[in-house]
Amino acid sequence: MENIYLLIVLAPLVGAILAGFLGGSLGRKGAHWVTSTGVGISAVLSLYVLKRFMFDDQEVFNGAVYTWMVSDGLHMEVGFLVDQLTAVMISVVTFVSFCVHIYTIGYMADDEHNWPKTSLAGKNSYQRFFSYISLFTFSMLMLVMANNFMQLFFGWEAVGLVSYLLIGFWSVRPTAIFANLKAFLVNRVGDFGFILGIAAVAMYFNSLDYHEVFAMAPSLADTQIQIWGDSSWSLMSLIGILLFIGAMGKSAQVPLHVWLPDSMEGPTPISALIHAATMVTAGIFMVARMSPLYELSETALTFVLVIGATTAFFTGLIGIVQNDIKRVVAYSTLSQLGYMMVALGVSAYAAGIFHLMTHAFFKALLFLAAGSVIIGMHHDQDIRNMGGVKKYMPITYWTSLVGSLALIGFPGFSGFFSKDAIIEAVHHSNIAGAGYAYVLVVAGVFVTALYSFRMFFLVFHGEGPRDEHAKAHLHESPKVVTIPLILLAIPSVIIGYMTIDAMLFGDWFKGVLYVLPEHDTLAAVQGMVHSSNGMLAHTYASVPFYLAMGGLFVAWYIYMKNPEIADKIKTMAAPLHTLLDKKYWFDEAYQFVFAGGSRLLGKFLWLAGDRGVIDGLAVNGSAFSVGWLAGIIRHLQSGYLYHYAIAMILGLTLMLGWFVFA
Amino acid sequence: MQFDSNQLIPVLPEIYILSLACLVLVIDLFIKQENRIVTYGITQIGLLLAVAITVAVGQPQTQIIFDGSYIRDPMSDVLKVGIFVVSFLAFLYAKDYLRDRDLFKGEFYTLGLFAVLGMIIMVSANSFLTIYLGLELLALSMYALVAFNRDSQDGAEAAMKYFVLGALASGILLYGISMVYGMTGTIRFDELGGAIQKVGLDNVVLVFGLVFIVIGLSFKLGAVPFHMWVPDVYHGAPTAVTLFLGSAPKIAAFALAMRMLVDGMEPLVGQGGWQGWQGMLIVLAVLSMAIGNLIAIAQTNIKRMLAYSTISHVGFILLGILAGTKEGYTAAMFYTLVYALMSAGGFGIVIALSRRGFEAENLDDYKGLNQRNPWFAGMMLLLMFSMAGVPPTVGFFAKLFVLDAVVSVDLTWVALVGVFFSIIGAFYYIRIIKLMYFDKPSDESPLSMGVDTQVVLSLNGLSMLYLGLFPAGLLSICHTAIGG
Repeated sequence: MENIYLLIVLAPLVGAILAGFLGGSLGRKGAHWVTSTGVGISAVLSLYVLKRFMFDDQEVFNGAVYTWMVSDGLHMEVGFLVDQLTAVMISVVTFVSFCVHIYTIGYMADDEHNWPKTSLAGKNSYQRFFSYISLFTFSMLMLVMANNFMQLFFGWEAVGLVSYLLIGFWSVRPTAIFANLKAFLVNRVGDFGFILGIAAVAMYFNSLDYHEVFAMAPSLADTQIQIWGDSSWSLMSLIGILLFIGAMGKSAQVPLHVWLPDSMEGPTPISALIHAATMVTAGIFMVARMSPLYELSETALTFVLVIGATTAFFTGLIGIVQNDIKRVVAYSTLSQLGYMMVALGVSAYAAGIFHLMTHAFFKALLFLAAGSVIIGMHHDQDIRNMGGVKKYMPITYWTSLVGSLALIGFPGFSGFFSKDAIIEAVHHSNIAGAGYAYVLVVAGVFVTALYSFRMFFLVFHGEGPRDEHAKAHLHESPKVVTIPLILLAIPSVIIGYMTIDAMLFGDWFKGVLYVLPEHDTLAAVQGMVHSSNGMLAHTYASVPFYLAMGGLFVAWYIYMKNPEIADKIKTMAAPLHTLLDKKYWFDEAYQFVFAGGSRLLGKFLWLAGDRGVIDGLAVNGSAFSVGWLAGIIRHLQSGYLYHYAIAMILGLTLMLGWFVFA
Repeated sequence: MQFDSNQLIPVLPEIYILSLACLVLVIDLFIKQENRIVTYGITQIGLLLAVAITVAVGQPQTQIIFDGSYIRDPMSDVLKVGIFVVSFLAFLYAKDYLRDRDLFKGEFYTLGLFAVLGMIIMVSANSFLTIYLGLELLALSMYALVAFNRDSQDGAEAAMKYFVLGALASGILLYGISMVYGMTGTIRFDELGGAIQKVGLDNVVLVFGLVFIVIGLSFKLGAVPFHMWVPDVYHGAPTAVTLFLGSAPKIAAFALAMRMLVDGMEPLVGQGGWQGWQGMLIVLAVLSMAIGNLIAIAQTNIKRMLAYSTISHVGFILLGILAGTKEGYTAAMFYTLVYALMSAGGFGIVIALSRRGFEAENLDDYKGLNQRNPWFAGMMLLLMFSMAGVPPTVGFFAKLFVLDAVVSVDLTWVALVGVFFSIIGAFYYIRIIKLMYFDKPSDESPLSMGVDTQVVLSLNGLSMLYLGLFPAGLLSICHTAIGG
């Protein structure tokens, strides 16, 4: 099996290297073939691994593949931990990535038009793009298959780097450059916390291996440490919160969420990849993987819970006022990630991963469908200009409907099971902040339904498109685009019903995710609903269902039936609308305080520190004095043999004097 | 004296190299000048075979034979292989140089092989007598090689200086040996330690002898203040000889230090104080790193610059030895092997740039090398970064291991001095990189070198990167060799 695991990781890497370095000679066709084949191999093998775990009692693999170095007893190695959690993650990642690869063939078909004629970066951009998305898949696989913190960090950073390259793929557009820089910098903030967390682990556990750390964790559960002064901190809370700060960056949680909506500047396939399968799920996965650590600190769990709930509700609200089709979906991602974090916060790790999985399918679907509409509309992304697209793009329409219903949690669709499980788990939790979170996640259901179907109705129903020219050219997208849509639509419907019994109520994650008995909220949920059918039967009694239906109805009424209401509300609640439209002024505040502040600081350091002290005194000063000294000492080398001999004798005498007679 | 023909097996590499040298000497007599390549070919193939023989007779156990004057242990095996490989590189780079300057003569290879023989005898010596014989064989061959270009005044002057000072140093060394023998009654390294314990560590004559021996040693290594010959000899000798002189004999000099100080006189290390050789080596190491790096900055001739750089690297090798621990010896051995490779590569590039009537000795000759030949500019970049100790090249790890060893015996201040002067030293290595990449070339003619040189030089350069990325292999070899 070890070879299979290696192949899963390496196949996308090989594809990326070939397409990246030999893109010119491979040509466009060659590039998309090698990368898609590489990821395809990974996907097939991942599904095989998943199958082995499901039916054949595959043993958990945990071992090092290569030892990079050993420093002071700290092993730094490449190693894999493949258990049920990993099997689910690699299957989701590679499957979605494979769909995205195929879709990209259609989406990027005429990428030349996106580059100015003279731009050198536009040369072989198609091949480069394929190389990047394969590399992205490789990074994510390294991350989820890691068996140690070192490799986790490598994957973590590699994902960050490739996302930077992808978001700014159209590097001649200033907005894209701004967005990728922003994503990179915001992630830096998160990663700083993350690496401090890893450092704390290395310092107190003296190991980077998951299993060793997890095994030692209970014995260090009550450790208090002093960081500065006399304030003492619980080690586990500190590690939990620091690691979570990393997750906040990668999984875009408030207040580090600002990069995600801007990342829409990248081509749509990578939006789907970032939002559904890779990158943003890294944080969720990491917290779930670290469950043995998080379980030891309620403080850290509460922190996760509150941040998650805040993200879930408040970013959903912003989604209601967005007019760019991709941004609406982006805010919905933020909100759904909040839900997953909430699940982790109440120790329902399995529910978090479960929602991650269902969400991966329907969010990829929604993105690719949005992309399909964008192709149809000739890269116009404003939903106010759309309308009536249903008629022209039937496959896109129906698959979007499936995706939206799954997103709002319509009974029977995959989102229903995962989201309801989370809400119920919060309901049964008693850790601090659970009450706050419960209110927000329940209200969030209404918001989700409202923004999802606002977009859906505005795009597909009613009159339009506004532009006659666009209308004349509107038609269904080619097969390479629609087939992935259909491929993704199927799991969006059925995956929840099929897997919930095993993943949430069965023992799929037994021995993988660790939950203390007093935190076990999922057991409480199970006690109430028993199984998937039980959940469906309970639908009539659940508040979220009515809220979702309410949201759907309100969206229909406001945007289809009675459009004046929308404007009326807008003028009535103008301050609120401005607040949401400006996204709570996060961007402006960061721009002013952090960006402005660091530029000011930088300027000061440049003038006073760099030019004054370092250039002036340290560099030029020391260079001058060293040069001067060198000029003097070189005269010792006179070239005369007797000088040299004298120097030796003198050296001998001094040494003798010192060592023998001193 | 018991003689057993089995005893000839461990000593096969020496016997073989001796026969090879004689063979080359004889065959060369019957070869016309235009077929001189045959001599070269026999030498090179012979060196590769020597590697095979050394590996074949190598084994984990230590063998002491010939009444304790000869030792074969894992360290000697590794160092011999290192010497053969580096000599092979040196002869290969030297070939075109010699041919272009009408120096392509059989004597070069005969003398070279005798020098190699001297080196491997030093590596395998287990008594003062054997080690002295090896040392003199090496030195005499080298004196002749330095003067190899008989028409060159610089060469003759360098050889004269080298010879006179070398004789002086040999005298000092012998004098020290005689004192140690006088006090202990033995010249065998494996018995010396016990004898020293018996005499007592604070015996004045013993310490006296030790000082003389350390000074003889530091002359061979080229440590300050016994380094004066190094720049003049490096500068005056033909570049091909400098290349040979600056690489393989460093490995032998390391063996010299290890055999005499560690195998023989480890009780006199004087850990943590100033009585033993640890203190002496600290003085020598600190002075070497300081003077070597500082004066290198003021040089405009690359051969002189590399000579001073050698002195500073010797300081680092001494740092590893003076730690007085297995870890330190391992680090010093790693450093020595890596340095021999770096040095061979660096001079290899100097030779590659030169041609008949143009020695490429001045730093200005490196301007704009990147435009003339980007690939070899890249190799030079790797070599220079490695010498400066920039990660991920292997030079970084070599320095790191040495510093780590020194810090772990609580000599942090010495490590700090080392780091400080490395930073100063980085300047002149990086200056070459700056000249290669950011200045306009003053000479546009393309580089001419044979395919063999191109391939081997590229491998030599890339090995800096490879060993830097995967240092564990070589390190574990050194570790086993030291027996830690």
